[in-house]
Amino acid sequence: MVEAIYSLFGVESPLLYLTAIVLSILAIVLPLLISVAFAVYFDRKIWAAVQMRRGPNVVGPFGLLQSFADGLKLFVKETVVPAGANKFIFLMAPMITFTLALIAWAVIPFDAGMMISDLNVGILYILAISSLGVYGIIMSGWASNSRYAFLGGLRSAAQMVSYEVSIGFVLVCVLMAVGSLNLSDVVNAQSGGFWNWYFIPFFPIFIIFFISALAETNRPPFDLPEAEAELVAGYQVEYSSMAFALFFLGEYANILLMSAVMAVLFFGGWEAPIPALDFIPGIFWMLAKIAFGFWMFAMVKAFVPRYRYDQLMRLGWKVFLPLSLFFVVFYAGIMVAFDLLPSQG
Amino acid sequence: MTLTAGAFYLFAFVAVAAGFLVISARNPVHSVLWLILTFFSAAGLFVLMGAEFLAMLLVIVYVGAVAVLFLFVVMMLDINFAQFRKGALQYIPIGGLVGLILLAELVTLVMAWQFGDKVADNVTAPIPAAEQVENVKAMGAILYTDYLFIFQTAGLILLVAMIGAIVLTHRQRAGVKRQNISKQVARKPKDAYEMVEVKSGEGIGSASKKG
Repeated sequence: MVEAIYSLFGVESPLLYLTAIVLSILAIVLPLLISVAFAVYFDRKIWAAVQMRRGPNVVGPFGLLQSFADGLKLFVKETVVPAGANKFIFLMAPMITFTLALIAWAVIPFDAGMMISDLNVGILYILAISSLGVYGIIMSGWASNSRYAFLGGLRSAAQMVSYEVSIGFVLVCVLMAVGSLNLSDVVNAQSGGFWNWYFIPFFPIFIIFFISALAETNRPPFDLPEAEAELVAGYQVEYSSMAFALFFLGEYANILLMSAVMAVLFFGGWEAPIPALDFIPGIFWMLAKIAFGFWMFAMVKAFVPRYRYDQLMRLGWKVFLPLSLFFVVFYAGIMVAFDLLPSQG
Repeated sequence: MTLTAGAFYLFAFVAVAAGFLVISARNPVHSVLWLILTFFSAAGLFVLMGAEFLAMLLVIVYVGAVAVLFLFVVMMLDINFAQFRKGALQYIPIGGLVGLILLAELVTLVMAWQFGDKVADNVTAPIPAAEQVENVKAMGAILYTDYLFIFQTAGLILLVAMIGAIVLTHRQRAGVKRQNISKQVARKPKDAYEMVEVKSGEGIGSASKKG
């Protein structure tokens, strides 16, 4: 994508190349932020529909502008820094959360060749960035100098570290079938219709991945870091105004990211479900799959009650870890036995 | 090229500066955060060298797991680090001496290091140029063929160390009530309560004797 924009200039210069990079970043980030605003609206509407309420319906047609109104409200409020807080880290934490939620999008392929960077280690990059996400939360919990925030931060750190392990094993299973860490290669390996998509052969680990993704993004039923019934709002209890908004945006950007990763790994990325529909641009399918993933996240939020903390830890370490480890061995065994391994590059 | 050079100096400067701040920061939590920045810059240097796999591993393992545990421990422990530091100045001469010896050894090593004449004959597989083969595949091809047993042994040692740490710190205390999830799930209403006919004026005293 960077190269495509760079070639538009027609002149070669390092400065123009930097401009091309910045332009392609903007081309991803601006639509992403707008879609985050609508994702919040979508989430609230689904949640309301499940509970037979109307949801946001006042600001704009069908309440479509609700998120923008909320954003404006947060923007004009005062940022309160608690007296005992560590000011620098307190303000750094939401920025780190927000930045990390954005930079992971650099490797997501929206269509063939439509990504900022076609990294050879794309999947590892996403794993690395999502493992950094815990810092924003643990730093905010510590810097707030409040017991609720600290407990929320510690809970979240333990939770994210635990579920990363099973996400890692799920990725190993998929990577064995693809033979590459490049996300474009993962999509290309699933081309030719929905019967080639990985959610069919890898259905059990797809379920593990989905549940771990819920835990990784601190979504209900695993939203213990902010469990409002016990911790008020957990790590974000002391935050107000834009600092809170950055946490909120980062959280939803992360959920969309997880939906995008799920679309790439298990639903064939930009590929059309049947080859006859190939004339529709790939980006449409990719966005539709991300929206579908988000819809599943929202439905889970609507009808699953929150876990108790020890149950959450038990599920992560005593159920998912052995299960995903077993599936790595199982799929590796099947692939070796039936000679299904991708050819050695 | 200037972009790469600029990026190198940026990462190198940040790594050195953050490394210095790790040891000079007064607050231990700040120290750990600077350490994370050091790891991160080192990962950036790896990327510049074309070792993107190592860079990602550094971020996942050190920043994503090890430093989180550091941060955990430092945040939870209530240690007065200022008191630790009180006598630290008297160790400067000996610390400096050790540092100087290490530096001298490194310098000698780097100056004297060169490829032997027969290296090309001893290499079992041809070494492709860095652009031709992916990091991951290159490392896998070496780790899982020539160095398979060493690699597996290293993994086993780590596993034994982990189990050892758990066994050493695990204590069995008497009188601790443990949760048995399968037992809880298998519980039926008739195990949990009992319907009792209570006659008026007599209370429940006689009926509950058998329970």
